Amino acid sequence: MKVAEGRAMRSDSVPEGAVSVARGGRFRFPSVFVAKRRVRRLPEPRVWKAWQIVAAQCLIIVGAIAGWEAAAALRLIDPFFWSRPTAIAKTLVIFFVHGTALTDIRYTFQSTVLGFILGTAGGSMLGLSFWWSRNYAAILQPFVICFESIPKLALAPLIILVFGVGLASKVAIAVALTVVVSTLTTYAGVQAVDPDGERLFYSLGASRLQVFRKLVIPSVLPWTISVLRVNIGLALTGSIVGEFISSQHGLGRAILYAGQTYDIALVWVAVLVLSAFSIVMYLAVSWFEKLLRKGMLR
Amino acid sequence: MGFDTAAGTVDALSPVTFALDAGSFVSVIGPSGCGKSTLFNVIAGLQRPTAGSVVIDGEDATATIGRVGYMLQKDLLLPWRSVLDNVVLGMEINGVSRQRARAAALPYLERYGLGGFENRYPRELSGGMRQRAALLRTLLLDADIILLDEPFGALDAQTRGHMQEWLLEIWTDFGKTVVFVTHDVEEAVYLSDEILVLSARPGRLLDRLAVPLSRPRPRSIVNAAEFIAIKQRCFSHLGHATEDVAA
Repeated sequence: MKVAEGRAMRSDSVPEGAVSVARGGRFRFPSVFVAKRRVRRLPEPRVWKAWQIVAAQCLIIVGAIAGWEAAAALRLIDPFFWSRPTAIAKTLVIFFVHGTALTDIRYTFQSTVLGFILGTAGGSMLGLSFWWSRNYAAILQPFVICFESIPKLALAPLIILVFGVGLASKVAIAVALTVVVSTLTTYAGVQAVDPDGERLFYSLGASRLQVFRKLVIPSVLPWTISVLRVNIGLALTGSIVGEFISSQHGLGRAILYAGQTYDIALVWVAVLVLSAFSIVMYLAVSWFEKLLRKGMLR
Repeated sequence: MGFDTAAGTVDALSPVTFALDAGSFVSVIGPSGCGKSTLFNVIAGLQRPTAGSVVIDGEDATATIGRVGYMLQKDLLLPWRSVLDNVVLGMEINGVSRQRARAAALPYLERYGLGGFENRYPRELSGGMRQRAALLRTLLLDADIILLDEPFGALDAQTRGHMQEWLLEIWTDFGKTVVFVTHDVEEAVYLSDEILVLSARPGRLLDRLAVPLSRPRPRSIVNAAEFIAIKQRCFSHLGHATEDVAA
């Protein structure tokens, strides 16, 4: 009887003309579900202002440095192994004023940039050359992939023996790291050239050289550009490893030398300088990349 | 001038032989996969037929490129070139300096609805404008024969109507021989002097229909009895029931 009452009330509340499945009584929602319905406010994320974000970041850095210094002062960590911010700051000044900072930076810069340019340019040209002949590409491709799979850094001692302890060996390691990435990326770009684009060019009577210059190179350029930022990091890694193994100069050598003489503050200083150097290189390449993209879309 | 085309790859296209009159507008219709693209590739010289030849103006043109303008389904405008530089591509490839090609092409852009857009980039253009640019690129190659592979297939109905009239205007001005592939029977009848109907794969030439309607053709011609009769003949070849046409 209770059910019948509920049904009667429900059909009363349905406005005229509205279709009510409840009237038939077969698809009625049990009232427990209706009772549970809750109205919620849409969550709105609070967005901080830019300066607040920067302030929070500064706070984290200052906190970390202060914590480190305090922990060293209270002997919570051993300053002999971990060093401390004040000591690092002093060493930083000495490294630049009396030390070899500028020579080292210039040396690492030279090998990184040379390796980056040679590796990227060489790899791109090799990748582009695969467009010219399918047979040649098919023959060479397994070798390129083999070379890709070799841990190139494992070859570093051999490269030092062959190229000597000077700049050439560092450049060679940087090239070895960068060249394969460029080759494979550029080749992927070559394979992605729209075959209909080639048909269009040939239907206009183009020669292969014209297709290469006017279609293939411009279509592959974005692929080559996309690899620049990866390659600058790889080139730097190659140079540093080369300097680790055997070198007269360079930031890598500075780190190794400081570690061997237990000058932990100097290790930190060299790592700091290296990080700053790496960021600058990365920004420079990003800027160059933007410039290239703009020029390409013009 | 005439073609004599016969391509017999395994099953793309059966031997097909036909000759076309210079300056005519011919449409090719047929079910999907009837070898229309193969036929076009052969005529454009992009594919060597396993048997047969292409003859243009009495000369053997089999597997020779650059004699026939070919506009593919996609507009294939190069994103790194401005509209003007895209349009002059054919001339540039044929050895005209870019400066001279630009000067030669500019009046055409202005005349055929791309005025003021010559320095824009393809991504800034609407679908219809892109097709205009692609067609002008094909025309300015200055070939006597233009192959159009479903050029308006991706456009909405309204733009399509505008483009059809625009194409007829160009065809009248330039006096080229146009071979036009479409899936749209009404479009084929409206535009053409003649319609070639191909069968399903491997494509055979089922019928050649003349379209004796006078030009210029008003839009309302689609309701004329003669127009409908030709349309129905096409549909019956393509295997549609006649009721579909009435709808």
